[in-house]
Amino acid sequence: MPAATLEGIPLAIKDLFCTQGVRTTAASRILDNFIPTYESTVSQNLWDAGAVMVGKTNLDEFAMGSSNETSYFGPVTNPWRARGRNDDLVPGGSSGGSATAVAAHLALGATGTDTGGSIRQPAAVTGIVGLKPTYGRCSRWGIVAFASSLDQAGPMTRTVHDAAIMLKTMASHDPRDSTSVDAPVPDYESLLEGGIKGLKVGIPKEYRIDGAPPEIDELWNRGVEWLRAQGAEIIEVSLPHTKYALPAYYIVAPAEASSNLARYDGVRYGHRASGADDLIGLYERTRAEGFGREVKRRIMIGTYVLSAGYYDAYYLRAQRVRTLIARDFAETFKRCDVLLTPATPSPAFAVGAKTDDPVSMYLNDVFTVTVNLAGLPAISVPAGLSHDGLPLGLQIIGKAFDEATVLRAGRAIETAADFKAAPQAWWRTT
Amino acid sequence: MSVAPVRNTKLIEGATGRWEIVIGMEVHAQVSSKSKLFSGASTEFGAEPNSQVSLVDAAMPGMLPVINRYCVEQAVKTGLGLKAKVNLHSVFDRKNYFYPDLPAGYQISQYKQPVVGEGEIHIDLANGETVHVGIERLHLEQDAGKSLHDQHPDATYIDLNRAGVALMEIVSRPDMRSSEEAAAFLRKMRAILRYLGTCDGNMEAGSMRADVNVSVRRPGAALGTRCEIKNVNSMRFIVQAVEYEARRQIDILEAGGSIRQETRLFDSKNGETRPMRSKEEAHDYRYFPDPDLLPLTFDQAWVDGLAQDLPELPDEKKLRFMKAGLSAYDAAVLVGEKEAADYFEEMVREGVEPKAAANWLNNEYFGRLNKAGLTISSGPISAKANSEIVMMVLENVISSKIAKDVLDIEWQERTGAPRLKIVEARGMKQMTDTAAIESATDAVIAANPDKAEEVRAKPKAAAWFVGQVMKATQGKANPQVVNAILRRRLNLPDEG
Repeated sequence: MPAATLEGIPLAIKDLFCTQGVRTTAASRILDNFIPTYESTVSQNLWDAGAVMVGKTNLDEFAMGSSNETSYFGPVTNPWRARGRNDDLVPGGSSGGSATAVAAHLALGATGTDTGGSIRQPAAVTGIVGLKPTYGRCSRWGIVAFASSLDQAGPMTRTVHDAAIMLKTMASHDPRDSTSVDAPVPDYESLLEGGIKGLKVGIPKEYRIDGAPPEIDELWNRGVEWLRAQGAEIIEVSLPHTKYALPAYYIVAPAEASSNLARYDGVRYGHRASGADDLIGLYERTRAEGFGREVKRRIMIGTYVLSAGYYDAYYLRAQRVRTLIARDFAETFKRCDVLLTPATPSPAFAVGAKTDDPVSMYLNDVFTVTVNLAGLPAISVPAGLSHDGLPLGLQIIGKAFDEATVLRAGRAIETAADFKAAPQAWWRTT
Repeated sequence: MSVAPVRNTKLIEGATGRWEIVIGMEVHAQVSSKSKLFSGASTEFGAEPNSQVSLVDAAMPGMLPVINRYCVEQAVKTGLGLKAKVNLHSVFDRKNYFYPDLPAGYQISQYKQPVVGEGEIHIDLANGETVHVGIERLHLEQDAGKSLHDQHPDATYIDLNRAGVALMEIVSRPDMRSSEEAAAFLRKMRAILRYLGTCDGNMEAGSMRADVNVSVRRPGAALGTRCEIKNVNSMRFIVQAVEYEARRQIDILEAGGSIRQETRLFDSKNGETRPMRSKEEAHDYRYFPDPDLLPLTFDQAWVDGLAQDLPELPDEKKLRFMKAGLSAYDAAVLVGEKEAADYFEEMVREGVEPKAAANWLNNEYFGRLNKAGLTISSGPISAKANSEIVMMVLENVISSKIAKDVLDIEWQERTGAPRLKIVEARGMKQMTDTAAIESATDAVIAANPDKAEEVRAKPKAAAWFVGQVMKATQGKANPQVVNAILRRRLNLPDEG
């Protein structure tokens, strides 16, 4: 019998994927003791292909965060350190544990989920490849929901090639997820090396933002030259509604989250507070004890924007913005095949640097959220180091269900960047 | 807001003048389906608590709803049965609120874009009047589980068997004007659902429930403030609840007060309504489209296909029965229960003339069933047996009086073949032998000479003799024949 595609490959699984018989916490106290009786479709697909689970990885609580600092179990530390310094840096989030496991060579690959950048941003700041597939490409069944219309699982790997192999296995049409799409899953691996001669690459001008460090633009310009040198046609494009993406995202995602997280009430499973006198007391204590600050903040925002009298001004308007953003992309993709942008506005930052300022934390997703709002596929590929010696990524955004082209363009970046840097293994004591 | 027309006949007297009751209804009808609206768990009634709960129904982390196509089909069929507009595009929304028997913390329902839009129901009242009641919408939603408060002194138990079962919420326009109309509306709704087979209409098992909106106003005035009455779970309770609530509101208004918009609970023990929560205490349900589900879309051809396969509904059946010679009232009574209509039609197939079958059922058999607390399905007499009895009357084998006796015997003995096993076996056949009736008549006249004198003077008193002859023949004589013979014997003038 021939070996399966992923025979014996050790993978880390973000602790948002339900794993049968293995505690699944979403990095929240409220699911501290939760052991699913079922396996998520995506992880099952991986096991069916022969992969083995080396462990569940930490994340921001319920995937809400961009630094992996909101986890109930404590922050994840980035294996990378700035040149000549010993400060602990964040690995990005929310899939910070998965990114770290791959970057530190604790696993060959990992699963992540990406709601506003949670695969691509940590991949970028830990020097690995992260792919967010088209919404509907991978089943959401068995993944603890954050924002259902945005959540999508994807691979986090050392190379673009590995991402292609892993995505092929993760993706499937799942009748148990009504939003999963019944479209053939191409053999991404065999489509990887076609080159990018004649590929039309759009450069969206709105992604040049004030206040980003110059090294971000410099890297982006290098990326343009790399692709041009390999025969791509570079086209300046405009996505005029980009500036509304982040505010719209921070309305839609919390709105859905406020509803998705209502089930954690202490009645059937998970944490249940003791000492409550009545039903309301049980709810209040359980949820007060069970959820961390960032999750509570988003539940409150989400509850607010859905409330009578505010729904039209916030939720409905954010949905309209979403339509406009999707239209921006659709228009642009009439003229080009993929878009090239930076993956993050900065390299990894210090643990604790942004925890008191949620808005500056939210700005980490400025280049990634548009893609989730439009449901498109995008990849972050390590492309160079910052002046401090920290990894930076470039992002390729593609048309819906055209992961093959996204991977091929990502491979072109990877080839040109020839990113060989690795973190010093400072965590090894011997 | 629309102001529905006044129907003067329905006005009720208050201390300060006349009032009109305005009633609208929300009917929750459980879809007759084997599995739930968004999961594969069984919907069977009466199972062990929490034995029919899927991971989706329990709202386990990461579980997703998948629409049950069969339930959608039943909703569309019901929409067609209500002569309503079927929306080819509709949306499932989340209705958010916390309650232990609502595992996800939201109910999947349809808010702004329901699967079925406007329609109409015609209700027949006892006085022969037909009232048109508008249907505003029908939407699909999940039922909640059950909280069991009586299992433990200081804990509540939750049974999720019902959680996720498909309901159709059908909302009427405020077009009803009396408790009688409200009950008739619900009866008609139930009949339509049962004809369609989309809901079993069993109010006792809770598979059909109604909330009633009641307001009062001066005739022709704008609609008054309404109260929603919950937990009205039988036809009888609807009448009680509406009458109690209307009187309560009129008393408040006539005393110079005003009505608070609120939800009230019907207490069937005392026949009253009690406040449950006011408008101010009402939930903000924070409806938004459920991102786990795609909009519900289908094409007109599919709807047309369902329309073609629709069974004959009560209104059409009533018209057909009327064409066969039945009065509007008789036809309406028969079609009110599908089983009654089927039973009637079986009798017609057995060869009974339709009008005779309808008269027999409406005047004799249904009355006995009601008295015994039985239904057409649980009643003791088959349609074939009833047909035989009516046929024997039509063929002059027995008199209509004897027919009632045969019915009573058949009720007790359930022979299944009353012609052979009752009438023939007991010699209950009508006397067709004129000579025998003549001799019986002569005997009665001979035994009562003074009565005969009396009748000769006062022919109207002849009925006494008919009765005596009938008695003498154990009711087997044909009364018309007895009458004719008597008139000849006593030289009475012809009637008329």
